[in-house]
Amino acid sequence: MTFPTRIVMPANAKKGEIIEIKTLVQHVMEPGYRRDNMGKAIPRDIIANLTVTYDGVEIFKADLQPGTAANPYIAFNTVATTTGDVVFIWIDLAGKATSEKRKLTVA
Amino acid sequence: MSLRLPLSSSPRRRRPSVRGLSSVSRRDAVLLAGATLAATSLPAAADLGDFSKIFAETTRGTTPKLARVKLTMPELAENGNSVSTLIEVQSPMTEKDHVKTISLLSEKNPQTLVFRVHLGPRSGRARVATNVRLADTQRIIAVAEMSDGTFWMGEARVLVTLAACIDGG
Repeated sequence: MTFPTRIVMPANAKKGEIIEIKTLVQHVMEPGYRRDNMGKAIPRDIIANLTVTYDGVEIFKADLQPGTAANPYIAFNTVATTTGDVVFIWIDLAGKATSEKRKLTVA
Repeated sequence: MSLRLPLSSSPRRRRPSVRGLSSVSRRDAVLLAGATLAATSLPAAADLGDFSKIFAETTRGTTPKLARVKLTMPELAENGNSVSTLIEVQSPMTEKDHVKTISLLSEKNPQTLVFRVHLGPRSGRARVATNVRLADTQRIIAVAEMSDGTFWMGEARVLVTLAACIDGG
């Protein structure tokens, strides 16, 4: 199962321009500290990390913890270098991955 | 008079005690002890929640100066389940001088490390935004590790009305 995601970033940029990329992934981010009605611990279920590569090079990585709010929103910046794919990979604790791809055209 | 004392105090004890007041009945004390025991048996809570230990690990034992890192969080968070967080670090972000990692540490969350990002010269600007959970009114610290091995930090104090993470579910 993959998780629904949303990515906001420009499709075009000038060479050397710093662009902002906003990401959102739909996920409960169950911290593992809560208990259900029967007093049973609810197991931890979180997105462990987000890795972003641009033209094959890793440009950003976030390690998420139970302290990250549900539906993790992460915004960061990058320098537009060449026309290429920006690939986003979210991996949860069980190793399930969700990936997205956006093309950035650099003039 | 001495005989009347236990009589006059016993109806008081039978009243439902209010949590937080000093008049905790024996039954409540037992329940409370049970709850504490249950809390400590949760996944590795003791170690990951040790603020001074995690802080020392993050800063490699150094004491970073309160400068260059700007942590923007609301002063009052009505809902600790999602508190907007913006971390900005003053850095040219060049190959020679850039921010390597930014760690967000919490004093009172069950797990001290809230969030860690890895940046580099390709980031262009050391600016990261996210939403975090806060278990209590507390001080949050953002620690930035630079490429030259130095550490800098910024802090924010947030008043949390509704706590996250450790509610009974």
